[in-house]
Amino acid sequence: MQALTSRARQVDRRPMTFIEKIYLWNIIKGMIITFKHIWKRKETVRYPEQKRPFSPVFRGLHILNRDAEGRENCTACGLCAVACPAEAITMEAAERKPGEEHLYREEKYAARYEINMLRCIFCGFCEEACPKDAIYLTETFAPANYKREGFIYGKQDLLIPAPGEKKKA
Amino acid sequence: MNIDWFFILEKIVLISGVLVISLVVAMYSTWGERKVASIIQDRIGPNRAGFMGLLQPLADGGKLFFKEEIIPGNSNRFLFILGPSLAMIVACMTSAVIPWGDTLTIAGHTVSLQIADINIGILYIFGVVSLGVYGIMLGGWASNNKYSLLASVRAASQIISYELAMGLSLIALLMMTGSLSIKEIVEQQRHGGWNVLYQPLGFLIFLVCSFAECNRTPFDLSEAESELNGGYHLEYSSMKLGFYLFAEYINMFISSALMSSLYFGGYSFPYMDSLGLAPNLVTILGTAALFIKIICFLFFFMWVRWTIPRFRYDQLMRLGWNIMIPLALANMLITGAIVLYRSTH
Repeated sequence: MQALTSRARQVDRRPMTFIEKIYLWNIIKGMIITFKHIWKRKETVRYPEQKRPFSPVFRGLHILNRDAEGRENCTACGLCAVACPAEAITMEAAERKPGEEHLYREEKYAARYEINMLRCIFCGFCEEACPKDAIYLTETFAPANYKREGFIYGKQDLLIPAPGEKKKA
Repeated sequence: MNIDWFFILEKIVLISGVLVISLVVAMYSTWGERKVASIIQDRIGPNRAGFMGLLQPLADGGKLFFKEEIIPGNSNRFLFILGPSLAMIVACMTSAVIPWGDTLTIAGHTVSLQIADINIGILYIFGVVSLGVYGIMLGGWASNNKYSLLASVRAASQIISYELAMGLSLIALLMMTGSLSIKEIVEQQRHGGWNVLYQPLGFLIFLVCSFAECNRTPFDLSEAESELNGGYHLEYSSMKLGFYLFAEYINMFISSALMSSLYFGGYSFPYMDSLGLAPNLVTILGTAALFIKIICFLFFFMWVRWTIPRFRYDQLMRLGWNIMIPLALANMLITGAIVLYRSTH
């Protein structure tokens, strides 16, 4: 029969020799192996102080981007919501009023933009679908929360702070 | 009537000292256990509570004290509480006859660093250790839980079978030394050589049996925490569970002390009489030597625990009855023959 892996080995079914039967020698061999581990490198990452770097393609929490003048990029076209396989994105569009040109880049904007982080599978399709470079996935992940409602991130959670504005905690 | 107040004071100080030391050593054995486990498994281990996690045992103890105490409804309340208390008392009682050092001379008084030098020291230890089975049996029985009862029966039969081999291996030692007093056995090793040189097989049997007596891996079938969700202490919570677990560590400490005293010269160390130091200093150095030996044994206990997998129950019983007891008997016969030959020639 074809072996499934190249590392498969035949089990040794020969009767045990006397040295194996008294068991003591094998215990000593095992103890030597564990003793050698005293000098091995410790694998632990001391988490809050030490963080393991993410890979460059890591996909984490979303942000909504602004342009260079601090205006929201999103035009509420809904392509991200269509692309989303988990149906985690909801949005409501609104028309830009005169005098709001410094807030929104184009005539249409998202009045409400919500991502349910419990539904989201962090596939990054929204990022790829977006024609306006408005949504990006970052290198952080959603912190724990006590309620399910806490995982529905609204615009205030997703938008990056405008220049000169401090993000609310 | 003339009461020797100094004697009473000396004994009280000694008893509290030994008790405190054995509790502290047991406490830090839990820390050591976790550190040894982590080092062998390439981890760091407890390092949050205090420097290198040294306050971890205090945190664990505090946690156990504040946990909810649950006594099962249909259990026998008196026996349920008696079980862990008995385990703890018995674990602490054995330290009475172990010589922790030679004599100190304080203000003209000679103080022996041993609580009671009774001439049946080893018999006393065996008697008290056998009482420890009652702690386990009572705990399992009083829980009114069939799994606890089964586990306690399993633990009791294991301890009783290994006690036999342990006793037989000691008889060989006693034939050599001709005394049951531990102090005298240590004194003989001080002038002769360590008993482990004359009784290697006996020591090996004693070592394996003390692993079984302390319910340590590879013989920890009474607990088998990785597959059984607790054994006889299944129904216990809070500090009563803590007492059971703590008693195990005290037992480990005491059996390390016993093995060092019986086979590795106790408080004596090589060339201790030819150094030409003050007797008090030699005594203190001897006590330090004993504690170094004990710590080595404790490390050995832990090292074995994280190396060797657990025996199956039938393998355990076969090892006990078919291998350990015949070996111990053979060791006894050979020792007896040699002692007889020596005494007639």
